[in-house]
Amino acid sequence: MDYFLTEEQQMIKELAARIADEKVAPVARELDEKEEFPYEIMKILAESDLFGVYIPEEYGGLGGGITEQCLVIEELSRACAGVAVSYAASGLGCTPILLFGTEEQKQKYVPDIAAGKKLAAFALTEANAGSDVSGIQTMAVKDGDYYILNGTKQWITNGGEADVYVVLAVTNRSKGSRGFSAFIVEKDTPGLSFGKKEKKLGIRASATREVIFTDCRIPKENILGKEGMGFIVAMKNFDRTRPGIGAQAVGIAQGALDYAASYAHQRYQFGQPISSFQAIQHMLADMATQTEAARALVYATARMIDAGAKDFSKESSMAKVFASDVAMKVTTDAVQILGGYGYMRDYPVEKMMRDAKITQIYEGTNQIQRNIIALELIKQYASKK
Amino acid sequence: MNIIVCIKQVPATNDVKINKDTNTLVRDEAQSVINPFDTYAVEEGVRLKEATGGKITVISMGIPKVADILKECIAVGADDGILLSDRAFAGADTLATSAALAAGINKIGDYDIIICGKQAIDGDTGQVGPELAERLGIPHITCVRKIEEIKEDYIRAQRMTDFGYEVIECSLPAVITVVKEINEPRLPSIKGMMKAKKAVIPVWTADDVGADKDKIGLRGSPTKVIKTFTPEININTEIIDGAPEEQAHKLVEKLLQLQIKVPV
Ligand SMILES: Cc1cc2nc3c(=O)[nH]c(=O)nc-3n(C[C@H](O)[C@H](O)[C@@H](O)COP(=O)(O)OP(=O)(O)OC[C@H]3O[C@@H](n4cnc5c(N)ncnc54)[C@H](O)[C@@H]3O)c2cc1C
Ligand SMILES: Cc1cc2nc3c(=O)[nH]c(=O)nc-3n(C[C@H](O)[C@H](O)[C@H](O)COP(=O)(O)OP(=O)(O)OC[C@H]3O[C@@H](n4cnc5c(N)ncnc54)[C@H](O)[C@@H]3O)c2cc1C
Repeated sequence: MDYFLTEEQQMIKELAARIADEKVAPVARELDEKEEFPYEIMKILAESDLFGVYIPEEYGGLGGGITEQCLVIEELSRACAGVAVSYAASGLGCTPILLFGTEEQKQKYVPDIAAGKKLAAFALTEANAGSDVSGIQTMAVKDGDYYILNGTKQWITNGGEADVYVVLAVTNRSKGSRGFSAFIVEKDTPGLSFGKKEKKLGIRASATREVIFTDCRIPKENILGKEGMGFIVAMKNFDRTRPGIGAQAVGIAQGALDYAASYAHQRYQFGQPISSFQAIQHMLADMATQTEAARALVYATARMIDAGAKDFSKESSMAKVFASDVAMKVTTDAVQILGGYGYMRDYPVEKMMRDAKITQIYEGTNQIQRNIIALELIKQYASKK
Repeated sequence: MNIIVCIKQVPATNDVKINKDTNTLVRDEAQSVINPFDTYAVEEGVRLKEATGGKITVISMGIPKVADILKECIAVGADDGILLSDRAFAGADTLATSAALAAGINKIGDYDIIICGKQAIDGDTGQVGPELAERLGIPHITCVRKIEEIKEDYIRAQRMTDFGYEVIECSLPAVITVVKEINEPRLPSIKGMMKAKKAVIPVWTADDVGADKDKIGLRGSPTKVIKTFTPEININTEIIDGAPEEQAHKLVEKLLQLQIKVPV
């Protein structure tokens, strides 16, 4: 399908695709097996300017938006979703600074992130605060010109690899989620440490770690926005980054479809290629249709946000929930089309199926996305009466 | 350090289509690419610039379409591209090619080092680099696999041989030709691609560079290609289809039919 991308978007897509095919695909299997962080590929992405596609030019970026970011994530995900999320999570850490940072904070942190010299991360989740963000316990206590942070974040993508962390902590327990604040914490701050690297089902090239604060003193000017704005920071951030997870899902699905379609053409059973069986043909047709529909929804949402829409939680959640369910289905069907070979690690589709699962879980599970969509619907229809 | 890189356009060998009726190359469909060795030359230029500052000019003698390939060099870090293109340059052998390039390079002026590929994958002679150095009256080092040291007026480099390498030093300006072991060329950057898109590649004619018409093109070429032909090979190819096992059966049957002895 033709999405009438601008010339610059086309350029970004082609370069990301080239990196995916030439640099990521050949090492994806090995990175997965060894659970190795893709340093080399991050460097290539940095040199190619791709870390800056969504960042305004005044902070060293290319001045694009979420659409450009989605194009990169999608292309990388075709080859390896673990690599793609390491790229995307830097955006998840940078976006709150772009949205809520002071001019000084932006000048200080964003150019290095845009250049890919530094990775960023976003640290919200804790052992007792997953879907229910209001359960966070990490405390930030003001002490003169400093805040002192104590607590443990878990499952933080780019944990230990990122240089800049945006962290949610409680500044006023009595105010509930209105007592949360967001802070920028630099990696070398004393009192900041990292737990072990988690062993995961998929996206195994990405680093997922605990981020631990032990009397970690950070200058008070590192607060993002004002005290009490933490919850808003998190929600506004996710509204803008969920299409990126949708794009990750679209990329995974496309990778699986590409592989399954060409395999079906080459695999002979009963004296003919399995692609001559209608059962296989229909499966491929559905996979292609669903993937394209997911892509269309992700792009439409990204464009709506880039065009300056004010309220887009619902659309953003729809893009994420639909695309990630498609990715799960398409990758499962790809394994089916490959039969026993699909189940083997010698073929790439089992990894895609493992990788697809995470897109239904992180940045808000699909149940939570449906809650958000339903809530918006209820608001919308209630106001019509 | 001002750097000049010479690049040649060659046919993309894996993309050549043959006209089935005439058995000749389908020219308009044959994709052209930068000579692979020249990508290492460009990359080495970019690395030198990153280390020492200065400017990289990429030059090529060829047809107007070569401007696109010069732009690709800008996308990976070159500053400017210059195309030598003129009917008078056509039909050049290596000697005439080096004469044209030397004239173009003299017009650019002010250079510290000229980098060429080790050889072009079509012509394959590896002569243009050394000839160019002779014409410019400067030293050259061929088959460079590593620059050990480079200063304002001095270079020390490792020259690859069949048995190892030699360390050669000479004064600058000089010509070096590079082998693929020297580096790994980078991919373009988005900023580079945008710069390339806007770039205007000047086209210089023989008159523009003040080339001696008796030394360039067909007229300046002592080598004449009298005839090119494809050696005749009589092979009838038959493609056997079916599932792998079926194919194997059919193949063995055929071989037996032809009474070709199959070692058991
Ligand atoms: C099939 C074939 C056979 C040929 N046979 C002969 C022959 O027998 N004798 C003969 O003299 N000529 C011959 N030529 C012509 C001659 O090779 C080319 O015209 C000449 O331009 C370059 O020589 P080369 O390709 O061997 O380059 P090489 O000398 O192998 O190239 C080395 C480097 O020189 C630079 N360079 C070469 N050409 C250019 C260019 N046009 N612009 C910028 N930089 C360049 C590049 O950096 C390149 O990597 C032949 C050409 C072909 C295609
Ligand atoms: C690989 C990986 C990387 C991650 N990276 C990051 C990161 O970089 N930063 C970060 O802050 N976090 C990160 N997370 C955390 C992630 O966002 C959470 O895991 C996710 O939000 C779900 O929380 P939970 O795992 O605690 O599940 P729970 O909240 O315990 O949910 C368990 C189940 O209950 C369902 N459920 C919960 N509440 C409701 C409800 N109200 N209605 C219906 N169903 C409900 C859920 O949908 C789910 O099916 C990451 C997680 C993983 C696995």
